[in-house]
Amino acid sequence: MIAQSFQYESPGTIQEAISLLQKYGDDAKILSGGHSLLPMMKLRLASPEYLIDINNIPGLSHINEDNGVVKIGGLTRESEVEHSDLLKKYFPIFGDVTKLIADPQVRNRGTVGGNLAHGDAANDHPAVMMAVNATVMATGPDGEREIPIDEFFFGFYQTALQPTDILTEIRIPIPPKGTGSAYHKLERKVGDYATAGVAVQLTLDANGNCSNIGIGLTNVNPIPLRAARSEEVLKGKPLTEENIALAAQYASEDCSPSADLRGSVEYKRAMVGVLVKRMIHKAVERAKA
Amino acid sequence: MNKQITVTVNGTQHTLEVEPRLLLVHLIREVLNLTGTHIGCDTTSCGACTILMDGKSIKSCTVLAVQANGKAISTVEGLAPEGGPLHPLQEGFKENHGLHCGFCTPGMLMRATELLADNPNPTEEEIRWGISGNLCRCTGYNNIVKAIEYASAKMRGVPTASTEPEFV
Repeated sequence: MIAQSFQYESPGTIQEAISLLQKYGDDAKILSGGHSLLPMMKLRLASPEYLIDINNIPGLSHINEDNGVVKIGGLTRESEVEHSDLLKKYFPIFGDVTKLIADPQVRNRGTVGGNLAHGDAANDHPAVMMAVNATVMATGPDGEREIPIDEFFFGFYQTALQPTDILTEIRIPIPPKGTGSAYHKLERKVGDYATAGVAVQLTLDANGNCSNIGIGLTNVNPIPLRAARSEEVLKGKPLTEENIALAAQYASEDCSPSADLRGSVEYKRAMVGVLVKRMIHKAVERAKA
Repeated sequence: MNKQITVTVNGTQHTLEVEPRLLLVHLIREVLNLTGTHIGCDTTSCGACTILMDGKSIKSCTVLAVQANGKAISTVEGLAPEGGPLHPLQEGFKENHGLHCGFCTPGMLMRATELLADNPNPTEEEIRWGISGNLCRCTGYNNIVKAIEYASAKMRGVPTASTEPEFV
């Protein structure tokens, strides 16, 4: 399958890339890892007139710690996230999620920034970024700005990014001691989109109560969903089986999955409930380790 | 508008004019006539088109030829020297019946090349996860895993095992 003709640009700086985006507007698409965009172009579901390849811009690919925050460059490959010792140290959830994203070859190309900027509720990073309370950095003609993850996803394939913005970095606050995180998605086969996926990060206080919790859901809602009511029922409370069961029930009620080849609406809701329980238990285990 | 690119394929440098929408796999197969790299699904699923770009295994049906500008590409044709001994992975596939119809083999070999470069002594589970992006339509995975174990042993200089084919 061959994409429709387009003009290819490969800027060497962010400023140059933004100028091209200003010049071409809606007719341009940014090419990052290309593992969502190029398949869509081959199927002619997307036919941009201009492709702005950001792969040759230095400084967009990094994972480092800075003043209580872990910074992940927008162009950082999934395979780099998968094998990062820094992320393993603070966020075991990234080891869980990257192993379940597509396959090794795709992870060698696909980027974390692209996974978010694509705005697809079936992608895995949106739920994870909600659980860890990330901030997205967008760079546009007026410079850099912060977008909290809860203000990033708008609608079907729609994000807070403007046509002239480039997602340059993701910033994640390093959680206090006593924090654990976990992600799992139910999938039919390796590399499939989730039937349902759940991301959890929680912090235990000295008494073993849950002092903070983030829960994100994958592919069970038109836009990536934070399970706010589930978080509320656990925040500041002891993690009793009763409370956890209530959080699971709320998440399965508050999502809005659609029936497809992966399962019925009822099945997906049920799996959300099962996974919320399992991921809370796993995160608690890790928080105590 | 065509773009001029320079790519090094199996050690040979090529400077070419390409249309931006030309896929890397088509450059390899149809422009450079290296047909060892196969096209299976054409949808990033099967891994038959796997090659190495700067040492990283990628699916060449989902990368543009223009994106390979300035990069080093390795295909299955470059694994063993012309007329020379087989690469340990090729030998492993031969000794352990790692191929049946052979369609997935070039992709399996190139993926396994990076797998063993990153992890010279993988467990069976690590091999199975490592080739999870490559489909074998003959379902010959057990023998493929043994073939990669053989190559791992050979490359580390420990005794190798050839086995009878396993039919499941």
